Amino acid sequence: MSLERSLRGLALGDFAFRAITLLFAFLVLLLLAGIIIMLVQGAMPAFKAFGWDFITNETWDPVRDDYGAWAPIVGTVVAALIAMLIGLPLSFGISIFITEMAPQWLKRPVGTAVELLAAVPSIIYGMWGLFFFAPFFAKHVQPLLVASLGDVPLLGALFQMPITGGSSGVSVLTAGIVLAIMIVPFMAAVMRDVFEVVPSVLRESAYGMGATTWEVIRNVVLPYTKVGVVGGIMLGLGRALGETMAVTFVIGNASKLPTSLLEPGNTIAAKLANEFNEADGLQMDALIAMGLILFAITFVVLLLSKLLLMRLTLTQEGQKT
Amino acid sequence: MTMFRMTLIAGALLAAGAVQAADVNTINGAGATFPYPIYAKWAEAYNKATGVKLNYQSIGSGGGVKQIVAKTVDFGASDDALPPEKLAEHGLTQFPSVMGAVVPVVNLPGLEANQMKLDPEVLADIYLGKIIKWNDPKIAALNPGLSLPDKLISVVRRSDGSGTTAVFTNYLAKVSPEWKEKVGEGKAVNWPVGMGGKGNEGVASYVKQIEGAIGYVESAYAKQNKLATVQMKNKAGNYVSVSAKSTAAAAATADWKSATDFYLWLTDAPGAEAWPISNQTNILVYKEPQDCARTEAVLKFFDWAWKNGGAMAEELDYVPLPKELVEQIEASWKANIKCDGVAAIVK
Repeated sequence: MSLERSLRGLALGDFAFRAITLLFAFLVLLLLAGIIIMLVQGAMPAFKAFGWDFITNETWDPVRDDYGAWAPIVGTVVAALIAMLIGLPLSFGISIFITEMAPQWLKRPVGTAVELLAAVPSIIYGMWGLFFFAPFFAKHVQPLLVASLGDVPLLGALFQMPITGGSSGVSVLTAGIVLAIMIVPFMAAVMRDVFEVVPSVLRESAYGMGATTWEVIRNVVLPYTKVGVVGGIMLGLGRALGETMAVTFVIGNASKLPTSLLEPGNTIAAKLANEFNEADGLQMDALIAMGLILFAITFVVLLLSKLLLMRLTLTQEGQKT
Repeated sequence: MTMFRMTLIAGALLAAGAVQAADVNTINGAGATFPYPIYAKWAEAYNKATGVKLNYQSIGSGGGVKQIVAKTVDFGASDDALPPEKLAEHGLTQFPSVMGAVVPVVNLPGLEANQMKLDPEVLADIYLGKIIKWNDPKIAALNPGLSLPDKLISVVRRSDGSGTTAVFTNYLAKVSPEWKEKVGEGKAVNWPVGMGGKGNEGVASYVKQIEGAIGYVESAYAKQNKLATVQMKNKAGNYVSVSAKSTAAAAATADWKSATDFYLWLTDAPGAEAWPISNQTNILVYKEPQDCARTEAVLKFFDWAWKNGGAMAEELDYVPLPKELVEQIEASWKANIKCDGVAAIVK
């Protein structure tokens, strides 16, 4: 009797727990739907006024109410790409070193340092970028880049000395590098965690069969953890795309399309942060429309990563059979 | 126990009384960030003198206008004066509260404050990207005594929408037809060249760091950051440096009397000593307020501030309104604001 009652009590508890977690899950969906509806609604007037030209138009002129998102879109994508190009190998190396190669006494300090870096607020990176890194970059790195890569055909166009702000070091490339420094701790921390869950049996068997460290990483650790690794990369990319404060400090906030990586540019998030306060009318609509575009870019990136994962899983299964 | 209950009741009664009297205890305002330091200072002194608190949120001029239109605050504050039509649309009236000056600042090795002289055309040409080097003959012609380096000019401006930009571009549009046609004026414009710093502090830090930079900031920021200010040629043809005196001169020569709702730009003022890029920051209140007592408290605060807060303003590098202007403002209250008590404030 009492057993039955207590069982019923448990079932009730189970049901309540299920209901509550379901509610939480739906809350997320609701929130997402709400954000999308708000963004679309707010962006409508801008898209009505400019049509698809809004995306490809380079001008941003609040005086004449002529708005286009092309320059910030390019800036966002380019800065995030630079951040990934630099950040990915770095964080990969860090996490591999910590899990596979570091002597025991070094594992903890390096791991903790990575976690600490991940906890630094972005405005600190921005101020460090503006006051320390940008001047350093202008004095030592920029002339080197211009001298070495400036004359290379095609690629050289990206490394021309900027006409304005040459000695400031404030540029799209600077923003990309600062972003890389910001996302490395995130990606490295996630990758380290997923590398650590690889069962030692697998690893030791491979070593036992005479595999080198590289072969173990390439053929055992990576295939086992690829979902987590891609997840970590996406986390970093997401942060690079959406980062606001640090970028606005070091990118120069120019509303023109930069012709070289050393010119000042802008990103969607930085532009929003700069202009939202005092905007009204069509300018506000255009800003919200840019928010929607950023949302779309993030969504596409997420979609691509899912597709990539699916393909990876498929080819692996294909290899097995 | 009964004692306790009685205290409770008394407390509740007191609280109810406080709610009723809240209109004189706290004034709520929101808007421009530029005057925030002086409003805060005045508020502190006013609270000590009268016990009335001022709660001011510095959320930006645009936000200030939105808040007063939504009637969530007792007064709105905006750096750029609203045109009379827009005021009439919402039943608002406007008056200046304190003045400031926007000043071009330059970073060149060895250059001290007010050594360099610029005229409006050259300033506009620099911001249009037509003059790109410091040793340009046009700059050299104005500065025969200076040795100007063969260095690119790094143009710095605001990246955020701002009243400072509105004043600066209003000035450029007034003095340069080309600027007016190509760029125009506003809180944010489509800048032909340069890079943007966020806030006055952002522009100041860029100029401080970049050799060869020129920027524009509120004069207080130039002083705090020890930036080299530039002498400007004013409408009368004299070179003046930015100061409380030259800013006050701009306000004194402005034709306030024929400006409806004090809608007027102080830029390019005609006075012989006038600083050409001066500006006033404005207060917005309702002409027929729902709660007369609250608006009255706002007016009382500014009346007090003008009479007692001049020194505090100067200490923070603002310029207090000239006495004649204060008299005109208070006369305008009498004429514009439909509240019984207002007449009593203006002695």
